[in-house]
Amino acid sequence: MMSEFNPGLIMIIGGFLVPLVPGLARRALLLGLPVAGMVYTIALDPGTLVTSTFFGYSLETLRVDKLSLVWGYIFHIAAFLGALYAIHEDDRLQGTMAQIYMGSAVAAVFAGDLITLFVFWELTAVSSVFLIWATGSERSYRAGMRYLIIQVGSGVLLLAGAILILNDTGSITFNHIGIETLGGKLIFLAFGIKCAFPFLHNWLQDSYPEATVTGTVILSAFTTKLAVYALARGYAGTEILIYIGATMTAFPVFFAVIENNLRRVLAYSLNNQLGFMVCGIGLGSELALNGTASHAFAHILYKALLFMSMGAVLFRAGTVNASALGGLYKSMPWTAGFCIIGAMSISAFPLFSGFVSKSMVLMAAAEQHRWIVWAVLIMASAGVMEHSGIKIPYFAFFAHDSGRRVKEAPKNMLWAMGIAAFLCIGIGVYPAPLYAILPYPVDYQPYTTAHVITSLQLLVFAALAFVYLIKSGLYPAETPSVNLDFDWVYRRVLPKLVRAFIAVFGPIDRGLRSAALSGIGWVMTATKRYSSADGMMAKTYPAGSMVAWVLILLAVYLVFYFIG
Amino acid sequence: MSDRDDDKSHWLDHSGNVNKLVWTLVGFGALLFIADAFYDKHAHFSAEGYFGFYAIVGFFTFIGIVLAGKQLRKILMRPEDYYDE
Repeated sequence: MMSEFNPGLIMIIGGFLVPLVPGLARRALLLGLPVAGMVYTIALDPGTLVTSTFFGYSLETLRVDKLSLVWGYIFHIAAFLGALYAIHEDDRLQGTMAQIYMGSAVAAVFAGDLITLFVFWELTAVSSVFLIWATGSERSYRAGMRYLIIQVGSGVLLLAGAILILNDTGSITFNHIGIETLGGKLIFLAFGIKCAFPFLHNWLQDSYPEATVTGTVILSAFTTKLAVYALARGYAGTEILIYIGATMTAFPVFFAVIENNLRRVLAYSLNNQLGFMVCGIGLGSELALNGTASHAFAHILYKALLFMSMGAVLFRAGTVNASALGGLYKSMPWTAGFCIIGAMSISAFPLFSGFVSKSMVLMAAAEQHRWIVWAVLIMASAGVMEHSGIKIPYFAFFAHDSGRRVKEAPKNMLWAMGIAAFLCIGIGVYPAPLYAILPYPVDYQPYTTAHVITSLQLLVFAALAFVYLIKSGLYPAETPSVNLDFDWVYRRVLPKLVRAFIAVFGPIDRGLRSAALSGIGWVMTATKRYSSADGMMAKTYPAGSMVAWVLILLAVYLVFYFIG
Repeated sequence: MSDRDDDKSHWLDHSGNVNKLVWTLVGFGALLFIADAFYDKHAHFSAEGYFGFYAIVGFFTFIGIVLAGKQLRKILMRPEDYYDE
């Protein structure tokens, strides 16, 4: 029997076949690869370990346990939905790169050592940038470049940390790392970049809205959730993550309120959802880690659903700027309906998926009596209701009628949205199958009277606040604009500093260089003069004249000797 | 679907219907608020046990976030082509 292999390889190797296969068969391949990967992953037993030796180091190219399986399952589901959503496109490059990207995310999750992780970590970066570049604009090219530099940078930090850890411990196995050592700190930073920690986050809001209609849907599922997995594996119970996570839930909320591009609103919202997961990792209890894993699972589905609905709007209406939209429910009723299901799931309404997952993290914070963190998470939940629960569906599909009349989304997009919406409700109504695959035994009951009523109170009163703000005219109008965020530092300030530096030191540098050049020129002319065929240095002198010079020197020496 | 179908009058086009929705929401909110009298909350923190705690937090946090966002715009908002050289 063939020995087991990393299931990510199915989509990676299959991805390379995509451009070689014609028409209908290619579509079957694009959909079939995630299905094949899923079937294979389901067949894997927890505890499976495949090692191979590479330059004397033992690499664990496949490690299956309950934690990696959660991500393995949901990544394949997301890969299938992403492929289905994009199946109307005839773009071989995007199709290939998407499969390689999704496959390497799966492969990274099942990597048992840091070097294997590094290889697939970088492969996700290099393959996914094509989903941004495929938009084909100068803007997307630049955003893709910034994305690539930051993502590859994260990989370099990971490799540097891995080497330090190998030096310290002699092992590259990827288990708990901790931030005590320098290597541990570097890897923490590498994961933090990919997980969009505060101040390291802007690549997310910068690049995802510039990717293609289908590319953003695929991007939204993998990169950041791979980072969440890696943090859960290497840094569970690291206290600072609680505060980093709580900050992440809070600050993107304000940016999401004022952002006009609805796909960028979703990118901020994604950042905010990652905060709940990161917070759970920091809390580190079994309940909290189950919360992180289940929230990652639920989040991938509703976030993909929301990006799919906004992608469909972009595809049909040609824009996702809130200021240019409104009233689209009339021409895209199915998309509007699916979007509302995604919005209710992310807002954690009872019977929707967010309700059964996010609350575990909140409960874990309460159990550890961290009331400030708990309060931040509660308030951030009201914020989620604002930007994703209301703003996204309201400004795209309702609000004032923009007069746009477009076609409903293509069938394949509707199917992808429909399946995602079905799963969002399915998990919310019947969470038992999700709870069964979590890393730890689940002793948690989401449907208590108190939880249902308090959640509804929070959400319904948040909605009433929205009604009040709209009716009173206090709600800020959507205007075409960009908002400065931390990327301003490296898109504006740093280039300006570099230019200023060049302006000041350029002339000095030029002066020094021309002085050096003329110096060299002088030396060359002199050398030429003295060393050319008839130059002083090239002449042959008779031996006698040499003796004469020696005598003269001796005489001078004697004179000085006597004087001295 | 033809354009003519899209332009037919929709239920939400009538402000009376929008008001019906709003009042339904208000009524639902009132019921939820009162419901606090009828169950045990198992509060982890003392504030959580206050009557209508989640409703009050939901309402005022939402308003606070939006109004704070409005102020933030004064500092952060730039024209759409700001980054295009």
